[in-house]
Amino acid sequence: MHSKMRKVPLLVGIAACLTIGLAACAPGGSTATSTASLGSVSKTVTKDKITLTEWDQNTDGGSDTAQKELNAAFEKKYPNITIKRVSQSFSDLKTTLKLALSGNTPPDVVQANQGYPDMGAFVKGGLLRPMDDYAKLYDWTSYYPSSLLKLNTFSSDGKTWQTGNLYGVSQTGELVGVYYNKAILDQLGVSAPKTIDDLTVDMAKAKAAGILPLNYGNLEKSPGIHLYGVVQAAVAGATAVDDLVTAKSGSWTDKDNVTAAATIQGWVDKGYINAGSSGISRDASLASFGKGGSAFYVDGTWQQQTLESDMGKTAVGFTTLTPVGASAPVTEGGEGLAWAITSKSKHADAAAAYIDFITNAKAAQTLLDTGNLPAVLPTGYSPTSGTLAADIADQYTEISKASTVVPYLDYTTSTFYDTLTSGMQNLVGGQATPEQFTQSLQTDYEAFTKDRG
Amino acid sequence: MSTRTNAAPPAGTVDARARRSRQGIAARPAGTASRRARRGRRDLKGYLYVLPAFALFAVFLGVPTLQTLQYSFYDWDGISQATSAGLSNYVGVVTDTALSSAFVHAAVLMIFYSAIPVVLALALTLIVSRAHALRGMSFFRTVLFLPQVIASVVVASIWVSIYSQNGLFNEILRAVGLGDLAKVWLGDYGTALIAIGFVGTWLNIGLCLVLFVSGVGNIQPELFEAARLDGAGPVREFFGITLPALRGQIAVALTLTVVSALKTFDLVYITTRGGPGDSTTVPAFEAYNRAFNQGQVGSAAAVAVVLTIVIIIVTALINLLQPKDVE
Repeated sequence: MHSKMRKVPLLVGIAACLTIGLAACAPGGSTATSTASLGSVSKTVTKDKITLTEWDQNTDGGSDTAQKELNAAFEKKYPNITIKRVSQSFSDLKTTLKLALSGNTPPDVVQANQGYPDMGAFVKGGLLRPMDDYAKLYDWTSYYPSSLLKLNTFSSDGKTWQTGNLYGVSQTGELVGVYYNKAILDQLGVSAPKTIDDLTVDMAKAKAAGILPLNYGNLEKSPGIHLYGVVQAAVAGATAVDDLVTAKSGSWTDKDNVTAAATIQGWVDKGYINAGSSGISRDASLASFGKGGSAFYVDGTWQQQTLESDMGKTAVGFTTLTPVGASAPVTEGGEGLAWAITSKSKHADAAAAYIDFITNAKAAQTLLDTGNLPAVLPTGYSPTSGTLAADIADQYTEISKASTVVPYLDYTTSTFYDTLTSGMQNLVGGQATPEQFTQSLQTDYEAFTKDRG
Repeated sequence: MSTRTNAAPPAGTVDARARRSRQGIAARPAGTASRRARRGRRDLKGYLYVLPAFALFAVFLGVPTLQTLQYSFYDWDGISQATSAGLSNYVGVVTDTALSSAFVHAAVLMIFYSAIPVVLALALTLIVSRAHALRGMSFFRTVLFLPQVIASVVVASIWVSIYSQNGLFNEILRAVGLGDLAKVWLGDYGTALIAIGFVGTWLNIGLCLVLFVSGVGNIQPELFEAARLDGAGPVREFFGITLPALRGQIAVALTLTVVSALKTFDLVYITTRGGPGDSTTVPAFEAYNRAFNQGQVGSAAAVAVVLTIVIIIVTALINLLQPKDVE
């Protein structure tokens, strides 16, 4: 009897724990109403001693230098403000930002990735502050072309992208394209490819000459997005891809999308892409291209500084591909992650002043000086012709003017990053046919659009 | 009577306890009603001593575990309001091929992390234990144990380079004239999982060997002498004496290695990110990926709960191997 009595409190305790744990309200809590009252905004920054915490992903050589310089200049201008910088790689930021934002003391300024999986989810949770008032105050609306601004807008329920409130502005411009080794192309007697067919022909020549046509390292899985993105954009064109990613119309199983997949698999079959790409890191393939290991390399403009220092400013070129019948090149890209203010930040005015400081025309010059591509090129900017910087600036200007940049494909749904990257490994590894690959994308897409209602 | 016993000086209690432990199990059945009462009070006091440790456990392990259990019954993106999902996340663990194949991969890894190291380590023990008083044994023990001590990120990075196109492994193949077999081992659908498994073998074999060799050291030498007098050869001796005596160590080795196989995350994360395709995903990696990258916290929690249950069942089964008299 005695021993039974002893067990009673224990049982009650366990039962209480379980009840508290399981019957508590559903996780997530109430959604913050961030749009309720934002208060008045001002360019005048507080004179109090404050610390602004910013989270960025500028870890690559050039962008890291630029960020350090800009932060130091800001602290010099506002001696009462200390910038606390937390910098981590893109994928680390992607995994930790959600946790940081949902805490009670989130950073003041964060770089949020565009599209449904990140910015959409943050907006839905009321974690980001709408910045339309600051856009007016700092005249961002006329500084940025509308094509770039709309990538950073969301409906206030986070369900529709590219419309509604502005949630951030971007510091850098981005294009994904084809880097080429000028010495190798000279040796082959070909000029920089302008279309996907040009590229295929050039790669055949490289292969025949015993040179690896395309270096491709995809251990991290994300380079697969860019390879498919570049080929798909050049095959299907700007409107089709844009409509797909923004869930307006079209199907991933449309003919052009299958053709793009078949083109890539054709390259693999003909040996234009190195074998074992899923076991080779992006950095390893970048380094190999930088040492003259292949004729071509597909990646974003953010590799400019690395390739310049590996190969020299004039030994490497950058090109983008024009679809058949189109007047301007079409490729994946847009702008760097959006600099946003968190809803819970107590220093919104200072945060906005900081964001303006690191993205304005003066900052653009700093970015150029450190080997980065600013979102808006300063008027009258003319880099030395024949350099990689000039190639990138020319392509960026042309594509911006024609509005033919298509969004990153992983923005499509909250699980698309995984579906697309695994699918690309399967496609390149010969484990899936182009039809199976595009079907897997379509299945993910349909589930998402159904969920969204 | 009962009151008097309860008020007995602590010295008596200590004495009784000491005597009982000396007498071992035999003392237990001799308990009387009064003794039970006294033990009851002492047990309550005992709980007080355990309380700080228990509080720590409850806050840092208990609560998160219950929370995970709770999340697994919801559809939640990690930020906005969750909606109840019933058992659908658990159904998904079975029906979603991405998840069920992750558990299959973990089972394959168990062979490489656990079965092969234990068998190889036993074979090595057979040889090593013949070398009486090997000079510098502690040095070798350290070397064998080294893989366990190195940070797993470092281990994984080293093996990525070994398995690469121009890595050590392919160079060796080329050196012995098997250059045609050379490939990026982690990038191939047929070999990526085995390549990761082999890293596990390399990691765990030292652990097993160190455990077994120290176990052999505990066997009374007279047993071997007696066996030899009876004319037993080394193999007989191994199966007759060493192997049964090592049952405890084998159970410990199996538990540690099987659990390490089931909860593998770091190796997969660094070497393949679950690729190529989904050919090397494991449950822990899926749980991480779903919770932090894909915004499917409910599904991730369900995977974690199932993984925990599988680990508990497997370790319980292995514990059956543990000799009953060793505690």
